[in-house]
Amino acid sequence: MKWNKIYALSLRHIYLIKGSFPRILDLIYWPTIQIFLWGFISKFFTLSSSYYENTVGIILSAAILYDFLFRSSISYNMMFLEEIWSRNFTNLFIAPIKINEIIAALTFTAIIRTLIGLVPASLLAIPLFGVSIFKIGLPLVFLLISLYIFGVTLGLLVTSGLVRFGPSFENIAWASLFFLAPLGCIYYPIDILPEWLQLIAKLLPLVHLFEEMRSILIDDLVDYFAVLKACIISFIYFIIGIIVFYSSYNGAKLRGTLINMGE
Amino acid sequence: MKLEIKNLVKKFKSTVAVNNISFVIEKNKTLGLLGPNGCGKTTSIGMMLGLITPTEGEIFIDGIKFIPKNRIKLLSLMNFASPYIELPKKLTVRQNLEVYARLYGVSNKIERIEELVEDLKLNNFLDKKTGELSSGQKNRVSLAKSFINKPKLLFLDEPTASLDPDVGDFVREYLEQYKNKNELTMLLASHNMKEVERLCSKIVMMKNGKIVDKGTCGELINKHGRENLEDTFLKIARSKNEVE
Repeated sequence: MKWNKIYALSLRHIYLIKGSFPRILDLIYWPTIQIFLWGFISKFFTLSSSYYENTVGIILSAAILYDFLFRSSISYNMMFLEEIWSRNFTNLFIAPIKINEIIAALTFTAIIRTLIGLVPASLLAIPLFGVSIFKIGLPLVFLLISLYIFGVTLGLLVTSGLVRFGPSFENIAWASLFFLAPLGCIYYPIDILPEWLQLIAKLLPLVHLFEEMRSILIDDLVDYFAVLKACIISFIYFIIGIIVFYSSYNGAKLRGTLINMGE
Repeated sequence: MKLEIKNLVKKFKSTVAVNNISFVIEKNKTLGLLGPNGCGKTTSIGMMLGLITPTEGEIFIDGIKFIPKNRIKLLSLMNFASPYIELPKKLTVRQNLEVYARLYGVSNKIERIEELVEDLKLNNFLDKKTGELSSGQKNRVSLAKSFINKPKLLFLDEPTASLDPDVGDFVREYLEQYKNKNELTMLLASHNMKEVERLCSKIVMMKNGKIVDKGTCGELINKHGRENLEDTFLKIARSKNEVE
């Protein structure tokens, strides 16, 4: 892997973000709306019933972490879609750049897009709702790393679909995360799910991550083993994502779809 | 660089897009790849660029076989331009050239970009977004991108399609001048027969995925008893039987 090539590809996306204020606004807008929405809903529950006391922090923290996952995945997909929309796909794949350099560049650049959106929203939650995600402390770093790896993995799987099926796969890109959300147990404990679904849900890192987040915020207990387990599961999925991407790329070369990829 | 194509075949399920083609482009020569739409030109170029995996056959560039192991090494020595692929529209011309200079590992990026800006007259719109340019300007930018790494082997797919005669002539003249000063082997796919006559030392005619004739311009015109390459092309394209 050559860093200058990874940087070059990242630069293409950094220029794109830098060059458009509406694009930056768009990145900030949706996470902020999400925080406002969940913040007010949880505040309403808290004020209406003592049963829901102290839920604002948990729900809002879950919303921020879920949005982090969502934005990482969407950022990854968006950058790949940009290449298709701008009909730059062929230029990219005939440049002397390795597939793992493309994956690395998209992975690194996705974090920039994600943070542009999430940092202002997370900071806004502090004065508005008195909720700080940073209260989770050091484990937050590991939760974010695990979520990021899983988000990028979902991005990789969707981009594999784009390479395999072309731009018609775009709708799946938007729907992919909503499909996993019910199983992720983001806003509720895993016990809510039927037993057979719990078995499937446990195969995802999300359940372990959000259970851990609740455990830290409610009981002030940190189980680093659970955090590590989530990181390992995310990493396994990431490796699978890379294998699927390579297989789609080789399949696209066989089918000849790389040469005419465009809107 | 010498490009050697040996028994190249590409099948898409039951369709044979490219059927056992072989040809050689000697170092510093330009070969015109001609044929009606859908004859397999783009698929052939796709295989030579490593975008499509051949079903059978081999591609050698300066004796090095084009296989995944050699992909990066060979791609850094070649380039491609076509009006059907574009550069990111939201980036300025300068930003696009910088990104591609970095991707191709150009060591003296600023000087190389300045050279291309001068040669291809890009000064007036260097800081304009690529999507805001006219088709003639876009074409020149696309050409600049294809020359960013000083390629030894260049593939051009209809480089002057949809250009007005003035810009078209400018592009052809640039290609000629560049070739006179630098080592460059070119493969040109074009439907502009005058352009092919002007730039190509040899021609390969394709039809239904096969090579149906090859030779120099003069040889083909004489062989088919026509007055110019356009009429020769029409005769071959419209003939029911394969010529060769």
